[in-house]
Amino acid sequence: MFGLIGRKANLLGGSGRRWLSLGATASTHGGAMEDLLAQLQSHIQKVLAGGGPEAIKRNRSRNKFLPRERIDRLLDPAASFLELSQLAGHDLYEEPLPSGGIVTGIGPVHGRLCMFVANDPTVKGGTYYPITVKKHLRAQEIAAQCKLPCVYLVDSGGAFLPKQADVFPDRENFGRIFYNQAVMSSQGIPQIALVLGSCTAGGAYIPAMADESVMVKGNGTIFLAGPPLVKAATGEEVSAEDLGGATVHCKTSGVSDYFAQDELHGLALGRNIIKNLHMAGKDVLANGLQNINHEYKEPLYDVNELRSIAPTDLKQQFDIRSVIDRIVDGSEFDEFKKLYGTTLVTGFARIFGQPVGIIGNNGILFNESALKGAHFIELCTQRNIPLVFLQNITGFMVGSKSEANGIAKSGAKMVMAVSCAKVPKVTIMVGGSFGAGNYAMCGRAYSPNFLFLWPNARISVMGGAQAAGVLVQIEKGNKKRQGVEWSKEEEEKFKAKVVEAYEREASPYYSTARLWDDGIIDPADTRRIIGLCISASLNRAIENTKYGVFRM
Amino acid sequence: RAFSEGNKNKQRIEKILVANRGEIACRITRTARRLGIQAVAVYSDADKDSLHVASADEAIRIGPPPPRLSYLNGASIVDAAIRSGAQAVHPGYGFLSESADFAQLCEDSGLTFIGPPASAIRDMGDKSASKRIMGAAGVPLVPGYHGDDQDIQRMKLEADKIGYPVLIKPTHGGGGKGMRIVHTPDEFAESFLAAQREAAASFGVNTILLEKYITRPRHIEVQIFGDKHGNVLHLYERDCSVQRRHQKIIEEAPAPNISTDFRAHLGQAAVSAAKAVNYYSAGTVEFIVDTVSDEFYFMEMNTRLQVEHPVTEMIVGQDLVEWQILVANGEALPLSQSQVPISGHAFEARIYAENVQKGFLPATGVLHHYHVPVSSAVRVETGVKEGDTVSMHYDPMIAKLVVWGENRAAALVKLNDSLSKFQVAGLPTNVNFLLKLANHRAFANGNVETHFIDNYKEDLFVDSNNSVSEKEAYEAARLNASLVAACLIEKEHFILARNPPGGSSLLPVWYSSPPFRVHHQAKRRMELEWDNEYGSGSSKIMKLTITYQPDGRYLIETEENGSPVLEVKATYVKDHYFRVEAGGVINDVNVAVYSKDQIRHIHIWQGSHHHCFREKLGLDISEDEESQYKPRVEASVNPRGTVVAPMAGLVVKVLVENKTRVEEGQPVLVLEAMKMEAPSSGYVHGLQVTVGEQVSDGSVLFSVKLQRMKYISNNANSCPSH
Repeated sequence: MFGLIGRKANLLGGSGRRWLSLGATASTHGGAMEDLLAQLQSHIQKVLAGGGPEAIKRNRSRNKFLPRERIDRLLDPAASFLELSQLAGHDLYEEPLPSGGIVTGIGPVHGRLCMFVANDPTVKGGTYYPITVKKHLRAQEIAAQCKLPCVYLVDSGGAFLPKQADVFPDRENFGRIFYNQAVMSSQGIPQIALVLGSCTAGGAYIPAMADESVMVKGNGTIFLAGPPLVKAATGEEVSAEDLGGATVHCKTSGVSDYFAQDELHGLALGRNIIKNLHMAGKDVLANGLQNINHEYKEPLYDVNELRSIAPTDLKQQFDIRSVIDRIVDGSEFDEFKKLYGTTLVTGFARIFGQPVGIIGNNGILFNESALKGAHFIELCTQRNIPLVFLQNITGFMVGSKSEANGIAKSGAKMVMAVSCAKVPKVTIMVGGSFGAGNYAMCGRAYSPNFLFLWPNARISVMGGAQAAGVLVQIEKGNKKRQGVEWSKEEEEKFKAKVVEAYEREASPYYSTARLWDDGIIDPADTRRIIGLCISASLNRAIENTKYGVFRM
Repeated sequence: RAFSEGNKNKQRIEKILVANRGEIACRITRTARRLGIQAVAVYSDADKDSLHVASADEAIRIGPPPPRLSYLNGASIVDAAIRSGAQAVHPGYGFLSESADFAQLCEDSGLTFIGPPASAIRDMGDKSASKRIMGAAGVPLVPGYHGDDQDIQRMKLEADKIGYPVLIKPTHGGGGKGMRIVHTPDEFAESFLAAQREAAASFGVNTILLEKYITRPRHIEVQIFGDKHGNVLHLYERDCSVQRRHQKIIEEAPAPNISTDFRAHLGQAAVSAAKAVNYYSAGTVEFIVDTVSDEFYFMEMNTRLQVEHPVTEMIVGQDLVEWQILVANGEALPLSQSQVPISGHAFEARIYAENVQKGFLPATGVLHHYHVPVSSAVRVETGVKEGDTVSMHYDPMIAKLVVWGENRAAALVKLNDSLSKFQVAGLPTNVNFLLKLANHRAFANGNVETHFIDNYKEDLFVDSNNSVSEKEAYEAARLNASLVAACLIEKEHFILARNPPGGSSLLPVWYSSPPFRVHHQAKRRMELEWDNEYGSGSSKIMKLTITYQPDGRYLIETEENGSPVLEVKATYVKDHYFRVEAGGVINDVNVAVYSKDQIRHIHIWQGSHHHCFREKLGLDISEDEESQYKPRVEASVNPRGTVVAPMAGLVVKVLVENKTRVEEGQPVLVLEAMKMEAPSSGYVHGLQVTVGEQVSDGSVLFSVKLQRMKYISNNANSCPSH
C-alpha cells in the first residue's frame, strides 16, 4: 500500500513556493531574486484570498463560487488560464482592493480562447473603483485586439459611489465598458454575460448590451434602480427578485436569454453558448497559424535558471542571449546582424512552435543598434512574424558625437517601426526600462498586445540618481539666482528625496498597481507566458503594416 | 478397416452445425476450424451480433430470443443444418445436448450427432433407471434400503449394514420433514419411530427409506470417452465441490488430496458405468465422495461435453472436441488408457454476471469494459466481447477462466493472478467473490467439499457489523479514488494535448500539464460516489481536491478532517493502462470508464483490488468522453416524466392503461422483478409495451404528464440534472 506524504496543515504553507527548490543552479543573483519572488508571492497570496474569510463565507452561503472558481468551471477541463494584472490596485487606495476587485484573463472554452472578466463580489461588493474600470477596459482592449469573445461574469454593485468623479465621467471611465461592448459586437466579437449576482444601475447594461446572457435564479438581478431607489423615486415597494430577477428577465422583459437554476447550471449554459459560437474568424485564424510547428523542443537550459540570471542591481549588465536561450524552442536562436549594432540583439526563433522575432537589449542604444532594430522590425512585419521585446534598457546614447550622428533620427526610425508594426507584439521588462529606450522597445504607450514585468524591473524616465543629479543642478541654479546658499546637507537631503521618489515610482509594484503593465511574472514563467500571449494574439489575422514617413 | 464399412454411406465430416451459443459455440467452432472443418452457427434474434456468430463461417437464424423458440427448437436446428449442408451437429452443453429425441432426430435426418448414442442419453436421463443399471454393473451406489418391509427390526438391521450415520427419510413428502440423522445404533429405534409418526402426520404415508448419510461430501466426476468400437477410457477426474446455488463455480483437475489408488478405482468405476450403456463420445460420471470414509458412490452420468471439460484438457493435453469429431467420424480413440498422459494441475473459475450480495442472483447488463488476462497456460473461454449485452434470455456466465500450473499450488497462484486481472465493468460479477474463494486458506489446502461456501461464509462475505474491515474498505476505496482522479486527469491531458477540444487549431500549450496559472497552482474538484460492495452496501461520496504540482504530480486531498494528503504521479500508457506512483510505490493500474444516464462509471483495478465509483456528469459533457457505448436513448434526452427501462427485461405485468390517472409512486407496469412506478402524479402517455414483450435497456416504457400539459412555470428552461 501507499504511504502518505503529510497532513493537510503543513502543506498549505508550502503551496506555490516552487522556486525554493532552486538548488545548485542558482548563481550569485539567485538569492536576491528569491527574496523578490518571496515578496511577490506574499502579495499574491493576499490577493488570491479575495475579500477575506468573512466575505467568502457570505458568498458561499449564497451558493456562489469565487471568481477564479467560476472561471475554472467555465474553462475547458485541464486548460491553462492566463490571468492578467493580479496586483492591480495594490497599495493604491486607503483600503486594500485585492486584484482591483475584478479578475480578468484568457483561457479556452470548447477550444476557443475567451477573455474572462469576473467581478469579485467579496471585494467591496464587486463595485468599480477607478482601477477596476481600468482593468475591465484593459481586458476589453486585449479582447478587441485579439478578437477574443468576452465572457462577463457579472456580480457587482456598480460604480463605487464615493469615487464617482474618477469612475463615471471621463472617456476611459465606466461608460466606455458599454461602448466597447457595442463596438466589439459590431466587429463580430461575441459578448456574453453571465449574471451570477447583482447587476445594478450602469452595471445592468453589461448583460443588456451582451449578445447573449444567462441569469441565475435567486442570485442574479438586473435593474437600473434597486428596490431602495425605486421606493424613494416612486414609492413602489418591490423585492429584488420580483423587480429584476431571472424569472422577470427571462420570461417577461427579455433582458436575459437563458434561465439557470443555480450557478453551476448557469456556468454550464455559458459553456454551451461558447460552444455554439461560429465565428467567421476561423479561416483567418488558420492563416495566422500556418507556420506553426506542432512538434517543438524544450529549451536546452532550465527555465528556472532565469530566476538567477536577472540581476537585481540593474547596473550589472548581463547578456540578453542567456534569457533568449531559456525561452525559445531548443534554445535555437538565429541571430540577425550579429556583428552590427551589438547592443541590440535581434533574431528569429520559435516559442512553442510559433515563429517569433526577438529584440533584446545588450546595453545602451546607439545609432547602429536603433537602425538594426528598425530593419529587423520591418523584416518581421513583412513576414507576419510576431515580435517579442526583451527590455533591459537605460536609454539611447547621449553626448555630442551621438547627437551629431543623428541619434534622434535613428531612434525615431525605430520608434516609427515599433509604432506601426501590426504584428503581435509582446514586451517583457527583464530589467530597466528608462527614457526613450522604453519607447523604442515597445513600452506601454506603443500598445504591445501584452506587457509583463519581472520582479526586478524598473521603469522611469531616467534612473533616480541621474534624475537627482539633473534636478540638483537646476535647483542649484534657481537657488543661486535667488542668492540662497544651499548646504551640502540640504543638497544631499534633496537628492535623497528625489532618489527615494524615483525608487518608489520605478518599482514594478507601483507600475502594476496602476496597470501600466499586465502583471509581474516569475521569470521562470516567461517562456510559457510569451507562448500563451502570442497564441492569443494570433487569434486574429495579422493586418498589413503600413509605415509613416521615416526620417532618413 | 472395421469401421469404414459401417460408415460408408456417411461422408466424413467437413461441416459442422454448432447447435449452441456463447462460449461453448465459440470453443467448438475453434476446434472445427483448426481441423479444417467449416462451422455453422445458429442464432436467435438476440444473438445476431454475438461472438459465436461472428466467429463461425456461416450463421443461420433459428428463431426469436426465448430458447424454446430457438436453441431448444430441434426441428428448426435440424432444418438449418440441412440448409447449410452440414454433415454433423454438435449440441455443446445445455439446450438440446442431452435430448435423446434430438439426437434421434439428427440421425433420422441423416446428420451425425456429435455425442453419445440416443439410447445412452435416454438410459442416463432417468435417475432411478440409471441407478439400477449402474448397480447391476457393479458401480457403487450410496448404500441404502428402499424395501417395502418396514418392520423396525428389519430396518435396524439394514441401518447397521449401511453403517452410521444413517439418514432416515420418508419416501413421500419433502422439505426435510420427518428426516432424521442417526449417528449411533442406540438412537435408531427412537428416531425411526418419531420419523414414522411425523411422516404419517404430514404425508399420510409412513413408509421410510434409509440412506447412508455423508457428512462431508465431495463432488468428484470422471471424464470418460468411448468410441464406436467399444473402447472406453477415462481421462482422470475433476473436483467440482465448490458450488453455490447447486452450481459449480470453481472446478479443478485432478482432484486434490486423493491417492493414486483411489483415482484408479474411480476411473475404473466410471469406465464400467460407460460400458454398461454402450457409451461412445465424451461423457462424465459424477460421484459423491465421503471424505470421512473415503468411499465413493455413483450419482449420475452426464452424456455430453461438460462446461468444465477444459480443466481435463489442460492436464491431459488433448482436445476433447477433436476427439468427439474423431469418434463421430467412426474412428478409434487415438490413445489407450495407459497412454493417457497426466501433467500438472488446472483450475477453472466461472465468471458470472451475478449479484453476489443478493444471493448470487443473475444480473444483466452491458459489458462496457471487458478485458481478460492473457498469458501462457491461461485460457479464457468466452462468448462475449466488449459492448455485448448479457441478457436474461440465457445463462449469465460471461466466461470460464482456465489456468494450468506444474502443480496445484502453482496453478492456484496463476488463478489468483488471473482473477485479479479479469476486468468487467458495466454489470456486477462474481470476480471479487471468486478471488476471496481462491485466496481462502482452506481452499489452498485442497479441503474442498460441497458445503465449502457455507462453511466459510464468515470469511467470504464481509460482515457489515465489522467496523474494522468497514474502515479498511473505506480507506482502500479512498486511496483508489485518489488514483482514479490522478489517472483520469492525466489521460485527459494526454488527449487534450493531442486533440484540443472543438477540433480547434488552438495551440496545445493551452492544455499542457500542469495547466498554467499565474503565481498559483490549478486545482480540480471531483466527487466520486463509492458503493461498499462487501460491507453495508451503503454508498459514500468522496469529495476530492486535486492540486496540480509543478512537476506534474497531483496532490490529492479528501474533504475530511485530518485526512491524509496523497501525492500521486500518474503516467498514461495506453487505452486503460496506467502506471502510478504514490508514497514511493509504483504499480500498474487499469482504469475503465463508461457513461450512462448522465453518470460516469469509473472502475479501477490495482493489484488484487477492484473498485468502482460513480461521478455525476454535468450538463456539459467533455468531448473526450470515452463513452463509446452510450445507450441509444439517454434518460436525459427524454422529456420529464418519461420512464425508461433500467435494464433489459421482460414485461411481466401492465397494471394501467394509457391516459389513466396515476399518483406518484404508483406501479404502472412490472418489468421482470421490478415495479416501474409513476415518477409523478398525472396521466399515463405513450404506454405501448405489452405483457411478454422484451424491452431493452434504456428504452422508453411510458411517460406521465400533468393534466392537459399544464406549463410548469419555473422549469421552462431548466434541464433535468446537472
